[in-house]
Amino acid sequence: MSELKLITLKINGQEESLKAASNMTLLEALRELHHFEVKCGCEKGDCGACAVLVDGEAVDTCLMLSWSAQGREITTLAGLSDGENLHPLQKAFIEKGGVQCGYCTPGMIMASKSMLDKNPNPSMDDMRVGLSGNLCRCTGYTKIFEAVDCAATEIRDGGGE
Amino acid sequence: MSSQLQTGSNVKHKQVGRPLVRTDAPGKAMGKTRYAGDYVMPDMLHSVVLRSPLASATLKSLDISEAQALPGVVCIITGKDLPEGMAATDIPGQTGRKRLDTDSQILVHTRVRYHGEPMALIAAETKAIAEKARSLIKYDLEPLEGVFSTEDALKPGAPQVQGKGNIIGKHQVRKGDIDMGFAAADHIVERTYNTQFIEHAFLEPEVGLAWVNEDDVINIRVSTQVIEHFRTIAEAVGVPHNKVRIMGAMVGGGFGGKEDITVEVFLALLAKSTGRPVKMVYSREDSWFGHGKRHPYKITYRTGVTNDGKVTAVKVDIVSDSGAYVYLSPYVLMYCTLASQGPYRVDNINIDAVSVSTNNMYTSAFRGFGACQAAIAYEQQMDEVANVIGMSPVEFRRKNYIKTGETTCTGWPIESAVWTEQCVDQAMQGLGEPTKPSGPHIRIGRGVAAYQQSYGRLTWLHDTSECWVGVEMDGTVVVRSGVTDIGAGQTSALGQIAAELLGVNLDQVVIYNSDSAVTPLAGTSTASRALYMTGNACKNAAMAIRERFLTRTAKEFGVAADQVDLADNKAFVIDEPEKSMSLRELIAITATEGIHRSELVQFNAPFSDPIDPETGQGRVHPDYAYGAQAIEVAVDTETGEITVLKSVAAHDVGQCINLAAVEGQIEGGTVMGLGYALSEEMIYKDGQLMTPSFSEYLIPTSMDTPQEHKSIILESRSGLGPFGSKGIGEPALTPVAPATANAVADAIGVRVMDFPLTPEKIVNALKEAEAQS
Repeated sequence: MSELKLITLKINGQEESLKAASNMTLLEALRELHHFEVKCGCEKGDCGACAVLVDGEAVDTCLMLSWSAQGREITTLAGLSDGENLHPLQKAFIEKGGVQCGYCTPGMIMASKSMLDKNPNPSMDDMRVGLSGNLCRCTGYTKIFEAVDCAATEIRDGGGE
Repeated sequence: MSSQLQTGSNVKHKQVGRPLVRTDAPGKAMGKTRYAGDYVMPDMLHSVVLRSPLASATLKSLDISEAQALPGVVCIITGKDLPEGMAATDIPGQTGRKRLDTDSQILVHTRVRYHGEPMALIAAETKAIAEKARSLIKYDLEPLEGVFSTEDALKPGAPQVQGKGNIIGKHQVRKGDIDMGFAAADHIVERTYNTQFIEHAFLEPEVGLAWVNEDDVINIRVSTQVIEHFRTIAEAVGVPHNKVRIMGAMVGGGFGGKEDITVEVFLALLAKSTGRPVKMVYSREDSWFGHGKRHPYKITYRTGVTNDGKVTAVKVDIVSDSGAYVYLSPYVLMYCTLASQGPYRVDNINIDAVSVSTNNMYTSAFRGFGACQAAIAYEQQMDEVANVIGMSPVEFRRKNYIKTGETTCTGWPIESAVWTEQCVDQAMQGLGEPTKPSGPHIRIGRGVAAYQQSYGRLTWLHDTSECWVGVEMDGTVVVRSGVTDIGAGQTSALGQIAAELLGVNLDQVVIYNSDSAVTPLAGTSTASRALYMTGNACKNAAMAIRERFLTRTAKEFGVAADQVDLADNKAFVIDEPEKSMSLRELIAITATEGIHRSELVQFNAPFSDPIDPETGQGRVHPDYAYGAQAIEVAVDTETGEITVLKSVAAHDVGQCINLAAVEGQIEGGTVMGLGYALSEEMIYKDGQLMTPSFSEYLIPTSMDTPQEHKSIILESRSGLGPFGSKGIGEPALTPVAPATANAVADAIGVRVMDFPLTPEKIVNALKEAEAQS
């Protein structure tokens, strides 16, 4: 067990501090801080359930050390909306049936957000590639593609963000 | 992608059948839903499991002294602390009678039977300390000769896995006269099909949190499909049944892998020993070892057929690998046995099935529960037979479909609609024009598979389910039921049923579920039974309140009860809608007059005695679902790579409760089935797991979804579920893998008999075929 250091993370616009060992991952730190919307699926970077945005890029938090996330903007699923006005991706996942067990959903929505930020009008092939780091065992991905496509349209039409 | 809906009658529902937003979806999409692993308590300990690195060994010594001395370690439990430490791995029954001899050790006493078997439990102040302590436990394991294949396990003098003979389950069916049937055949086709170990790969690994309250009740919040395990857990830790309370949470995927007990007994033991809350979160690595896999099956079909395509006799031999412990293997074997006639009329059929112990990972429930393995064999066999007699696979099937009123292989007549023919035809038509090959080495192939699959548990398990429905003063509705929600929308469906009958909207319903102490016990979320069983209980409870409401409304307006209805928060006369009152007013009247606004209902499935063990004849299932899957693939003959171009599923679901949820089950089942056919395999070498990560065990990603992905949903309204519904959770998966295998065989002209159909096997099969020609 390595030395503990007090670190401060900027999560959804709020600064939060905790004591972290040098080997503590960002995933462990976020869950330690009760950001339970960040899910743990494999701790190996295989499944994408723990994805959040770090400075706007989707990152598997199980592969990032908490110390290296200091000073960077971390956005989790809970930071996408104020709880009342949902992000177009959240609305579309709800309305299009993109959510089943829901365990992949936080990572899937954050990966979708990162993809749409770079490419607001993704083709089906773009979505297949763009979400290939996020495993889902329930939906077969089809309703997730429909949701992302629907959200992309809404965002392009100026309905979102 | 797109779906079509075809309905067998003109009944109009207000809520049922619509693609409403599921009640659980918003919380999940906003990150608010708390899963079992998201609960914490003050003073909570963290716990881990020490597992055997060997598959077959004797534990000579286990020294915990150094680990125990580590600051922060609170409790270590080993097999020695549990002299009676056994837990039944039998199916959770409802008659209170033990069914099979399935006790197995909770922790290793002296004999290790599989790689990853738990040897010790460690609870500490932090997870890091618990993990460190685990590494400090010293043990001496002496390797023992093991058996790692069913063939070896069945040899005379083979090492005994459990000391009682290696055959742990047997089933047989004898119907008609197969000698006569084979004598009447023009051709006899015999083939053997092999399936592999596969893993559920739910995204949420096993997890739970236990604490003991002031009444000595052991509370466990856990990710499970079955809260009724509280009884087995109580017996395993030596407390009365009413001193264990299981609370579920939204489950991050189950697929049968959370049907057996996982962390519950460990947590109960640690919480009872320490008097403190204890959490156990399996890592993904734990999860590979922490629940039973889908059984590998070896299934041999010998089919007699006439030149004009009539099946005259079938002989089936089935061997499954049960792994190191019994768990649900005998039942899975039985389901496979009884499914193995397929959706075809077979007057003369003999089936012999055995399940065999080995020192491989134990195997148990997995979505499809033996019926998948059966379908992989019988539907490939149908194509092989069609090929021998020179008939198209669809035409050959058409000549043999079983029909309503005809009997299953157990001699029981089928009562519900059988729409196999429509499903097969529409699935094939749905593929449209064949895709043109994109290059000289690409071959396009198409395949279809149909099924007959039970929904609901074995009738001799005497399955029951309870649900309570109540209407509040403001017209909102409360549903209470023990049903677990494993992601398929089990709870939301109850809300939709209650809303339909009580004339309210789905967002006015709150559903409390999955608590063995306070929600009425609903049974398991397994066997495609949750909607059928709990849906009926919910429907009957809501119906009882509805009838009281209708009676009182009719009295108010001076008409007969069949002339009034409830909808849109109103009670009204159907033909004179101006005669109406708000639901709230009606509720005020009923409250004033003491009319009961809640109801608890138990729904009972049909009950039967166990079937005749010699002939396998009798009733076994409440009813069956029918449907089909068509697949188009492109195979690269140079690399062996298979691309799934199109998938069309056509299922008779009886009646959709939520259209979007049904489509979701079907699409998800399709992609899971593609993984089964093409990429997934838990590889064990001498019992050692060789594929312990998602980079070695390959479940389908978004890249592997069919490029065209359609569902055709038929509604015969002939099922035993609410409003004529049937189960779709498992049937959605069953035909996919064989349809894919048939498409691949159609593309390349040879059949690979062993699943999964990896590129390497495809290339080798093509080379062999070339060498032979």
